[in-house]
Amino acid sequence: MSTTTDTAIDATARARDLLGVTRLTNQALTTWLHGLPGVDQVGCEARAAALGTRSIKTTSKKWAIDLAISMIDLTTLEGADTPGRVRGLAAKALVPDPSDLSTPRPAAVCVYGDMVETAKKALGPDSGVKVAAVATAFPSGRASMAVKLADTRDAVKAGADEIDMVIDRGAFLSGDYLTVFNQIAEVKKACGDARLKVIMETGELVTYDNVRRASWLSMLAGGDFIKTSTGKIQPAATLPVTLIMLEAVRDWRVLTGEMVGVKPAGGIKTSKDAIKFLVTVSEVAGDDWLDNHWFRFGASSLLNDLLLQRQRMTTGAYSGANYIADDSPSTAY
Amino acid sequence: MSKFEYAPAPESRAIVDLQTSYGLFINGEFVDGSGDAFKSISPATEEVLAEVSEASEADVDAAVKAARTAYTRVWSKMSGADRGKYLYRIARILQERAREFAVLESLDNGKPIKESRDVDIPLAAAHFFYNAGWADKLDFASLGPNPRPHGVVGQIIPWNFPMLMLAWKIAPALATGNTVVLKPAETTPLTALLFAEVCQQADLPPGVVNIVTGAGTTGQAIVDHTGIDKLAFTGSTGVGKMIARAIAGTRKKATLELGGKAANIVFDDAPIDQAVEGIVNGIFFNQGHVCCAGSRLLVQESIADEVDRRLKRRLETLRVGDPLDKNTDVGAINSRAQLDRIVALTDAGESEGAERWDNGCPLPDKGFWFRPTVFTGVTQTHRIAREEIFGPVLSVLTFRTPQEAVAKANNTPYGLSAGIWTEKGSRILWMADQLKAGVVWANTFNKFDPTSPFGGYKESGYGREGGRHGLEPYVKTGA
Repeated sequence: MSTTTDTAIDATARARDLLGVTRLTNQALTTWLHGLPGVDQVGCEARAAALGTRSIKTTSKKWAIDLAISMIDLTTLEGADTPGRVRGLAAKALVPDPSDLSTPRPAAVCVYGDMVETAKKALGPDSGVKVAAVATAFPSGRASMAVKLADTRDAVKAGADEIDMVIDRGAFLSGDYLTVFNQIAEVKKACGDARLKVIMETGELVTYDNVRRASWLSMLAGGDFIKTSTGKIQPAATLPVTLIMLEAVRDWRVLTGEMVGVKPAGGIKTSKDAIKFLVTVSEVAGDDWLDNHWFRFGASSLLNDLLLQRQRMTTGAYSGANYIADDSPSTAY
Repeated sequence: MSKFEYAPAPESRAIVDLQTSYGLFINGEFVDGSGDAFKSISPATEEVLAEVSEASEADVDAAVKAARTAYTRVWSKMSGADRGKYLYRIARILQERAREFAVLESLDNGKPIKESRDVDIPLAAAHFFYNAGWADKLDFASLGPNPRPHGVVGQIIPWNFPMLMLAWKIAPALATGNTVVLKPAETTPLTALLFAEVCQQADLPPGVVNIVTGAGTTGQAIVDHTGIDKLAFTGSTGVGKMIARAIAGTRKKATLELGGKAANIVFDDAPIDQAVEGIVNGIFFNQGHVCCAGSRLLVQESIADEVDRRLKRRLETLRVGDPLDKNTDVGAINSRAQLDRIVALTDAGESEGAERWDNGCPLPDKGFWFRPTVFTGVTQTHRIAREEIFGPVLSVLTFRTPQEAVAKANNTPYGLSAGIWTEKGSRILWMADQLKAGVVWANTFNKFDPTSPFGGYKESGYGREGGRHGLEPYVKTGA
């Protein structure tokens, strides 16, 4: 397909343009990425903690809970997944709270590639709920490029609206940025019209400097979203890591005029936590990102806590976990 | 208008049991002052919170006598371990009643509740805990041979951190065996009076702590009183000089913690997002009512525009308003007089040719308010680069080389604090060595800890508070 080839060429051409080089080499990428301002760990964590003390009450809390629900990528990524469990997840996405049909739907369901067709069918064509598939030998990313691309194409062919790829952390940590760049650019090409989320697995990158560099590298290579984690590695989505990523997309927009989405995934379990993330989105990246086109939560158990809090705000009392339909098959993420 | 509007999240003031009027705390009891009563108002609403007695010369004399008696009969005879127990008890009560103190502090001072709740009151308690630990270990604190208390200490504190400054003063004084006559600032007396209740609750022997409220004349009476052995003052350099003159030639010792015009120095290799936070924290923390505020931003010329852009974007998210709202970042200016001074100095900044910018946020109708303000194009000769504004106003200057940064940073009569932002460890050490400032922060700003000494160079005063060094001014040593 010529259009997708153009996208890949564009990524390299744009990278050359942004870096001001005639040939995109690993040296050029290294110079650029290592020229980004450093991150002071103490200061970054203090800023995240300060944002976490915002007190969101009454009407703003209600608004934030609905927004958070609409931003969830409802996820099941287990070896034990079956079509039945995926249909259960899809049913939950379609009607998150049977006792209150005004409850917004989550943004997407996120599954392994072989479950895309099942999910797509269960959600139907008009639900507005997208299907996201993890690809590229998720979660380790340890496979040949041919396999990664085949994995991606397979999911797209089955109807995935979004692809969540993993970067090669081994290559990144050894300084082989060009390999990471090329892989992202090629997967992006294989995505066609599907939006590409680039999972950096920040728990393996360890330092905030690495998170910042990986974020810029992913955006440069054409990622539509930058995403923290697979959910298989701890720590997953922490607030300071997400803060760094939000600074990256904010600054990328200043540089290029383009918006890139952010998706923290794994470990966000409570409404209180989700609201802290939304506060951080608003105060760091800006309100333009307060939309499920630009910000997502990769989560499974979070939805039910949000529903519990939503009911509490509507009825004035906590109903209890037994009054919230629990069809989410896995407990992780 | 932001898409994500934060609904009001006010901390309840019901926890504070305000009386309509307060007396002086002398010899363990509240007594009526013989001077005229004055009003303490909330600077956020101009609401009268309480009437407070003004201590006359005679009242101060009674307080000093009570302190002397308590010193001679009880406190100087008590073992350090027992003094420590009282200090621990006070520290624990402060923690237990932390919310009450925080709400009252925000009401009386105008500072945001998140600050009184997360900084002022926890730190005040920490100072009592820290000094309590020293009370029975003074012989081993390297203070010199045979450390002994001076006797009665007169302490005069400012309005910017009323409760924290009280703790800085009272905790080391009591730990070392002195007794105290303390005067809180006339605009913020209420937490000191609540602290008097804590002294009663802790069964502190009467007269060990005496609180006399009032303005300049009350302070003068303390400074001039012949029964005072040592003075400790935190406040303006002007008043500090008056005190130094008044006690010259007397046997009185003094520590003075005065004004500042700190340079916050940002190099081009700084962690820039955190540096922006540090700039904000340096000058907008506590409405800029901070003696060690980073009121002069020295930014390397090559990144000046970038820092300017990032800083202003950040300042647009600052929330100015009701001090009791948990989401307020910047509260009210403490008094009409202080607001007038800020207005006068910022007007001077404009007329001298600096470029003025503020974040344009809405301000409440009543009370004393000032928008977070940044001046760019400031030069060393501008008044806003030389005089302490003591408000939410940042003056931005640029430099090209580390040497120039040092020269500009030191080109001030003050020398209380400085900040350095760079990823180069060697440069931090070199700069810290060159800067004539009592406190130098590296890649952070406005961080305080009871274990760390605090104090100034030059006209920022003398003596240190906090840490082991903070005990020194409260003891005499030798045979």
